[in-house]
This record gives sequence, C-alpha cells and structure tokens, in this order.
Amino acid sequence: MRKVFTLGLVIISLTGFAQSAKKPVAKKPVTHVSAATLSINRGKLVYQKFCMSCHQADGGGVPNLNPPLIGTTGVLGNKNRLVKIVRNGLQEHVEIDGEFYSNNMPPFKMLTDQQVADVLTYIRRSFGNKATPVLKSEVSPYYAKGKK
Amino acid sequence: MKIKSILKACACLLFWSSLGLNTTGQSQNAGLKLPPGFSAKTILDSSGKTRHLVVLPGGLIYVKMARPWKGNGIMILKEDNAGKASIAGGFGDYGGTGIYVKNGYLYASSNEAVFRYKLNEKNEVLTPDQPERIITGLKMGRQHETKSIVLDNDNNIYVNIGSPSNSCQLQDRQPGSLGVPGCPLLDSAGGIWQFRVDKADQSYSQGIRYATGLRNVVGLDWNQQNNTLFVTQHGRDQLNDLFPAFYTAQQNAELPAECLYMIKKGDDAGFPFAYYDQLQKKYMQAPEYGGDGKKEAGKKYLEPVVAFPGHMAPNGLLFYTGTQFPEKYRNGAFVAFHGSWNRTPQKQEGYYVVFVPFANGKPSGNWEVFADGFSGQAEVMTPRQAKHRPCGLAQGPDGALYVTDDVKGTIYKIEYKK
Ligand code: HEC
Repeated sequence: MRKVFTLGLVIISLTGFAQSAKKPVAKKPVTHVSAATLSINRGKLVYQKFCMSCHQADGGGVPNLNPPLIGTTGVLGNKNRLVKIVRNGLQEHVEIDGEFYSNNMPPFKMLTDQQVADVLTYIRRSFGNKATPVLKSEVSPYYAKGKK
Repeated sequence: MKIKSILKACACLLFWSSLGLNTTGQSQNAGLKLPPGFSAKTILDSSGKTRHLVVLPGGLIYVKMARPWKGNGIMILKEDNAGKASIAGGFGDYGGTGIYVKNGYLYASSNEAVFRYKLNEKNEVLTPDQPERIITGLKMGRQHETKSIVLDNDNNIYVNIGSPSNSCQLQDRQPGSLGVPGCPLLDSAGGIWQFRVDKADQSYSQGIRYATGLRNVVGLDWNQQNNTLFVTQHGRDQLNDLFPAFYTAQQNAELPAECLYMIKKGDDAGFPFAYYDQLQKKYMQAPEYGGDGKKEAGKKYLEPVVAFPGHMAPNGLLFYTGTQFPEKYRNGAFVAFHGSWNRTPQKQEGYYVVFVPFANGKPSGNWEVFADGFSGQAEVMTPRQAKHRPCGLAQGPDGALYVTDDVKGTIYKIEYKK
C-alpha cells in the first residue's frame, strides 16, 4: 500500500515535471526559457524554506487554516498584490475563493527582491498553475512607488 | 516508453482500488481498523463540519457545527433502533465546537460565548430560540478561536480560551521574531477559565483563570473517578521554520509533545515560555524566550499525564464509563487526533482515535491506536488528502463510542460484541 502510494506520487511528480519542463520551450524564445526555469528552480528552494509548512508541498494548503495556492484568483492574478502579501504578510481573514483561513501569514521582509520574484514565479508556475512569471524588475518598482 | 505507460496504468489501478476499499463507507467497519471484537458503522454519512457531540437516552444526538449548516449551529439527530440517524432539525445561529449535557441542561458554545438550553424529560430542547447566555465576551483570535466546554459535579463550567497566536511572538509566525515580554495575552487567553453554570452573562471579571500556560485545548473531560479536569493541548508549531539555527526539520516534525494534562486550580503548563519535549521527557525553554533547543526550563511547570508525538491535534477527549466495552477500557481515556499539518516534508501523523488505559485516575499502561483508517489513505502527506478527520467523541447510553468527522460530517458509531 505504502509502495503503491509512493509510486503514485513519483509518477504524478514525474509527469508534473515533464509538463512544466516542456511547456515554456514551445512558447518562448530560448534565452527567456532558461531565465524563467532558473527562477522557478530558485523559487522552489525559497518556497521549501519559508512557505511549505503552511501551504504544503503540493500547494494545497491546510483546510480551514492556510489557503491553497492552486488555481486561486489571487495567485493567478495581480502581481503587485502578491508582492505585497509576501512582503507584508496577510492577517486580514480575507475570503479566498469562497473560503476563510484562520492562520496568520507573517511578513517576509528578509527576502530579497530576486527571492520574492522567484518564489512568486514558482507558485504561479507550479501545482498546475500556468500564470506569467514575476520578474525582479516587477518587484522593485513596487517599492520605488511606495504602497499601492 | 511502453513499459513506463503500462507501469503507470497498473499503478493507477492499484492506487484507486486500494482507495476504493477504504472510502466506500459500505466496506467493513466503515473503513476503520479496530481491535478484535469491535465493529463500526456510520450512522450519518455526510453533513456539515461536525465538531463535538452528545448522545442522549432516547436516541437524540446533538452535534455542534463549526459553522452553521443549513442555518443551524447545532444539528439534531435521531438514531433509530437499526442504528441509522436522520437529521431531525437544528437550532442556534452560531458556529463553534463545545457542547455538553448535565442535570437537564444542554450547554453549547460559540467562539465568544456559552449558552444553555433547558431539556425536557425526553431530552428535547424546549425553547431553542431562547437560550440563557451564561458566558459572554470571551477573547476570540483568528487561530484557536474555538471554546470547548465541560462541567464538574459542583455547578461549575470550564471553558478553554485558546491563545490567538502560535507562541506569543512580537510578530506571529515570523522567522526569528522573539516573544512578547511576559506574554500579557495570558490574562485573557491561553488557559482554562471556570464559571458558574447558572449565572447570566458572566465574563472575565466573574470567572476564574483556573489554569494557564495552555496554548489551545480542544479536548477536555471531567474524570469522574478522581473528580478532576483533564485536557489535551495542541502544542506549538514551526520550531524549525521559525528558529532554523536551533532545530532540524526532523525535530520540527516530532516536537513538542501533544500533552494530556490533569488540571488542578492554579496549574501552569508553560506556554509560551516552555514546551514539553517527549523524547527527553523534560520542559524546554521556548526559542522565543531564550531557548536554544537545549536549554531546560526547570521543574516549575505541570507534568503531563501522557506526552504524545507532536502536531497530531488532539481534538476530542473522553473517559469511558460504560460497560459495553471490555474491562480494560473502563475509566480509560479515548483521544481523537484530528491529524497533523506541521510535519512537512515528512508524512503527517494522527487521523486516528487512541486509547490510554487508566486506573484510579492515572494511566496504567501505554497508549495505543484504537480506531484507524479515517483518512482513507495509507499515508497522509498533506491534510487535504484525508477523507475524514476525527474530531469529537461521545459515549452513548448503551456504552457505544461515537466519533465525528469535520471533513464530510460523517458520524461513526463503534460497538463491541462478545
Ligand atoms: C504561517 C503560515 C504561512 C506561511 C509560512 C506562509 N503563508 Fe501564505 N498564507 C497563509 C495564510 C493563513 C493566508 C491567508 C491569510 C488571510 O486570509 O488573511 C496566506 C495567503 C497567501 C497568499 C494569498 C492567496 C490568495 O489566493 O489570495 C499567497 C499568494 C501566499 N500566502 C503566498 C505565500 C508565500 C509565497 C509564502 C512563503 C514566502 C507564504 N505564503 C508563507 C499562511 C502562510
């Protein structure tokens, strides 16, 4: 039973990997692909260190406690909002696609602009999400302009 | 390539068939693994987020819903002689967890208040729209907001008021953030408060902080053998996430213990200054308050009665006083573990009901898993995979054990036949 489950997981992650590795090649020029892929790879490490315990390895979150990062309007949507959430945390009990989550997300002020871009690119391109990457240049100007 | 896809198909088939066996609900013992001689069935397959419950003579069952379901925060079930329950209405427009019955009254809590309802001789609620509000204005954080309740034999009610944060950090759950000096929130949360059962609108000034240093208690019960309160605490999260210099991911998964405590007036279980390490069998100083993973906290805090592995989330506690189950179970404790989330990247733990044998109000042996298989998975890597999560426990008039699940709102009944 345990073996079957692990095998299932391995297969799921293999197919997931194959997909995420394949897609950009078809769409974007080669130079951009490697940049996005590198950002995803770096972002994964940031995610594992700072986000995974709450949002879980599969991005599915914890029912009633921490929201899923899979396909939600927020994760796929406005990049400025996402940058702000990672920098300032989120403790407002906002409704996320019809559900409420009771945990507090802390601010991550220690992350560099590049790390914020990487982790957001990772979540927007993993767990079945297919949103555009977040570039470092999209993180920095947000601060230059102040809060929006 | 071909071999790969065949393998994949086989694995999927196996995977799904193994799931199917556990999740049909028609399968033996409602998918639960039990000790020999016990059987289980579901009396209700699905409803809302069912939390704690009471089962009364005459077949009436009252279930507290985390959030009002179909407009009702308390669901009324009627169990027939064949052991199936039908929904017979509901009342109360508030969600919550706590519910208890004693001396002709039904007590139920929202996340800020406690109400009581008079019962008639058939255990029906006479005026569901006009409860007496006996306690009000309790602190409710975003986390640990539920109020579990139990009564003693002297007209007192005990209410858990959970800590609104993980470990009283200046910035909740921020890596490296230190503890608020003295943790003043302990004045109004992070403990058990005692009130009278029959006074209207009591709040902090009328109540007594009965015990402190308890981060969040969800399961609690009154032990009739030694006339004492027992509680199960949810220990703190994220030792390694918040203080990676002091703790490994492995320690993060295992520590601290989820403790069962016997509570006397004035006890202090250490939160947030210290936590209990079940491997070293010691209280350790919390990293927010000068700890470094090695510094001990001394002997000033209440010793646990049982220290379970970390993060398993004990949501229900019941001392078994029936006679249906074999001798070994009499006066022992059942604990329903809701299941962990804070063990990533390791597999999660809990999602079962355990049993602790007791004699004269003290454990008389090691704890053991009593009912397993609620999750419907061989392993739970992340809580979302669990089909059911055990939460509340109750003993029926005939000595059967009832277990709620707050994922699907399934209610299980576990029985013993010689
Ligand atoms: C302590 C747990 C915790 C940690 C650690 C955490 N989060 Fe969160 N996250 C939450 C909670 C809880 C919410 C919802 C808060 C609310 O409703 O106010 C949330 C919300 C979000 C959202 C908004 C989701 C939406 O659909 O609108 C995003 C995006 C997010 N988190 C990303 C991250 C990233 C990236 C990290 C790591 C850098 C991270 N989180 C770390 C608990 C956490």
